[in-house]
Amino acid sequence: MNALSRRQLFGAAGAAAAAFSFGPEVWAEAKDRLVIGISLEPPVLDPTKNAAAAIRSLTCPNVFESLGRINRNGDIVKGLAESWTISSDGKEYVFKLLKGVKFHDGEMLDASVVKFSLDRLFAADSTAPGKALYTDIDKVEAVDPSTVKVTLKSPNSYMLYNLSLGDAGVMHPKSAATNDKHPIGTGPFAFKERKEGDSITLAKASTYRDPAAIKLNTVIYKVVKDPSAQVSALLAGDIDAFPGFQAPELVERIKKDQRFVVVVGTTEGEVILATNNGKKPFDDLRVRQAMAHAINRKELIDAESGYGTPIGSFFPPHNKAYIDLTGTYPLDIAKAKALLKEAGHPNGFEASLKLPPVGYAQRAGEVIAAQMAKIGIKIAITQLQWPQWLAEVFKGKNYDLTIVAHTEANDLDRYARDDYYWNYHSDAFKAKWKQVIEATDFAMRDELLKDCQRIIAKDAVNGYLYQLAKIGVWKKDLVGMWENAPTPSDYLAVVHWKA
Amino acid sequence: MIEFLSRRLFAALITLVLATIVVFAIVEVLPGDPALVMLGTEARPDTLAALRHEYGFDQPLPVRYFQWIGGLLTFHLGISHAYGTSVARLLGDRLLVTLPLSALALTLALVIAVPLGVFAAWKHGKAGDWGVMGFTQIGISVPNFWFGIVLVLLFAVTWQIFPAGGFPGWSHDPGRSLLSLILPAFALSLSEIAILARVTRSSMLDTLREDYVRTARAKGASERTVLFRHALRNALIPVTTIAGLIAGFLVAGAVIIESVFRLPGVGQLVYDSINNRDLIVIKNVVILFTILVLAVNLLVDAAYALLDPRPRIRA
Repeated sequence: MNALSRRQLFGAAGAAAAAFSFGPEVWAEAKDRLVIGISLEPPVLDPTKNAAAAIRSLTCPNVFESLGRINRNGDIVKGLAESWTISSDGKEYVFKLLKGVKFHDGEMLDASVVKFSLDRLFAADSTAPGKALYTDIDKVEAVDPSTVKVTLKSPNSYMLYNLSLGDAGVMHPKSAATNDKHPIGTGPFAFKERKEGDSITLAKASTYRDPAAIKLNTVIYKVVKDPSAQVSALLAGDIDAFPGFQAPELVERIKKDQRFVVVVGTTEGEVILATNNGKKPFDDLRVRQAMAHAINRKELIDAESGYGTPIGSFFPPHNKAYIDLTGTYPLDIAKAKALLKEAGHPNGFEASLKLPPVGYAQRAGEVIAAQMAKIGIKIAITQLQWPQWLAEVFKGKNYDLTIVAHTEANDLDRYARDDYYWNYHSDAFKAKWKQVIEATDFAMRDELLKDCQRIIAKDAVNGYLYQLAKIGVWKKDLVGMWENAPTPSDYLAVVHWKA
Repeated sequence: MIEFLSRRLFAALITLVLATIVVFAIVEVLPGDPALVMLGTEARPDTLAALRHEYGFDQPLPVRYFQWIGGLLTFHLGISHAYGTSVARLLGDRLLVTLPLSALALTLALVIAVPLGVFAAWKHGKAGDWGVMGFTQIGISVPNFWFGIVLVLLFAVTWQIFPAGGFPGWSHDPGRSLLSLILPAFALSLSEIAILARVTRSSMLDTLREDYVRTARAKGASERTVLFRHALRNALIPVTTIAGLIAGFLVAGAVIIESVFRLPGVGQLVYDSINNRDLIVIKNVVILFTILVLAVNLLVDAAYALLDPRPRIRA
């Protein structure tokens, strides 16, 4: 949905929304208060202590800000740094910090705080989940109170992006240890209170550098895990917005309600039929090609009630370096059977499909099993809990097939890793990826990224299914919510109710 | 009486010790690595090792068992790995939801089921009996989460008499807090009402066939006296046993019902802790509930002794 039609939708809502509003809480609702529903509860509230995306959506950059900020289009804009320069060899980054920035407890931001914050990410004893993003950093120096110099061991064309992620949120030495329970950052919203299992409340930060720009006074995050409870909470008026609605099959019910808009956007999540390339018979390219020829992406997307975009490689369609490779191995059952026969499996074979406990994987799992059955591959589905999936499939590499969405941005590098759970090893890809990382010219990097997509599409490393859609549901008179999810973030500084 | 109860108490303590061993063993063999759950897919081996060391996951099992028991005995329930807050505080907040919910559901079950059962027994073989039996058949068959969703759609979304879910907190709004427990308590108690009503009915039918009931009737005692004074008191013994068992089931059922009604209760805490592999929380919550169920059973035993003199003397 483009910006224009969204405006029209908002415009049409206006008075109608008020007329349709009912429910005990709605009448008392002030226009500076927002209740957001989330289906996954953040565990701790510190992105340097836990990998959960829910922590990042809620706190970054609302509570914790980084040097750069990833905006709604996925571009890097200024964050705590008002400007930066990168040396021509791509190894030296000099950041000029904004002046007069205060933490929520009144502490001032300066270069030494930024140095402390970055140092602890890649330190030898760091337990940060995103440590790997920052290990290319050699040292961080506070040149003067408002200048930070970051020197890399080797060039990394994604370092500016990484330093703009929530993982690199700037924290103060005084509050870093307790940020898990009471996060204190420099962002537009300050942590107010938490009821574990129920809600997290943020309030407009009086210490923020531009408090007048923030329209909301209170933002309450409500945890609602059960999809039908999500719908009833919205319909009963308990929740104003569900930015990441998880049950596509229930969207129609909400669309019927005039108070809400349903906004479908993009995510960085590629849903794949991950394949253990190190295990027989999947080590045979012909077998993987046969499976690729048997995948019917339309059926898979239909199982998501039509939400999702077909992909033929491991790259988000909205990225400007994207190329459409869905035609690499078009749906062709006869050809798939011939390839299987050639590979020595004229009658197919048996394989296990281990599914994590997420809705899209459950839905796609059944469809994939039926599609593979058409070429003689008999799939046995096993359901795993998330911790089991992590230990058994991801870390233990003890699996044939699994279905999962890889939701990180810029995650093609996984194909260059020797110890990754796909067991894919390609010197051609590794050489290409090295060029991507070392590129200093972004236009050239885009061309290299296209080559990377072609290599893994041709090698049919995994079954490339579709790009997850972001289904957002919110009240019609709410303005400024992100329709896409270039990074896990509910950027609330610009969100407000229509007057 | 005291000797009977102290023997029961001793048996309960032995059960508790065995339970700690079983719970520890099950929780520790759960597949999945808590450090990996916390640090996610991009975790490096060195960060995983550092985190495991920080939380003591690398200690030998016996050491960890006795550390845990030591903590329990000194009322130190530890720190939740997932939330970073004390388990005692987490649990305290949740008990304030789940205990009133279970108590309400159990009360509803008893208040509705016992009269229904007595009524059915009294109208044995007639339309009233068939009606009650039909209702209990439905009550047993309907899954409580589905019934919960139906209740929400009717009473919260369509008619808006009750909140659709959520829990404002006792200190924040006690009236609304109580109100938000009513639908979940109903959803939770439906199958228990059905079971208890059937047990009451068959137990009443048994006692109504006893000689002393016939004697009472022969003496010219009124139907009310026969039903309530002579039959019901004896019929309640099996009902009490089942009610004690149901108290345990209510807590288990709360896991699903709390999810449907968005109640931040103990059931949700256990569910989340299993998904987060928050081992210390799972262990302590399960043990606490073991203690609770044992205590309820002790109470049932005591109630037994009051209702029926035989166990006091014989056991």
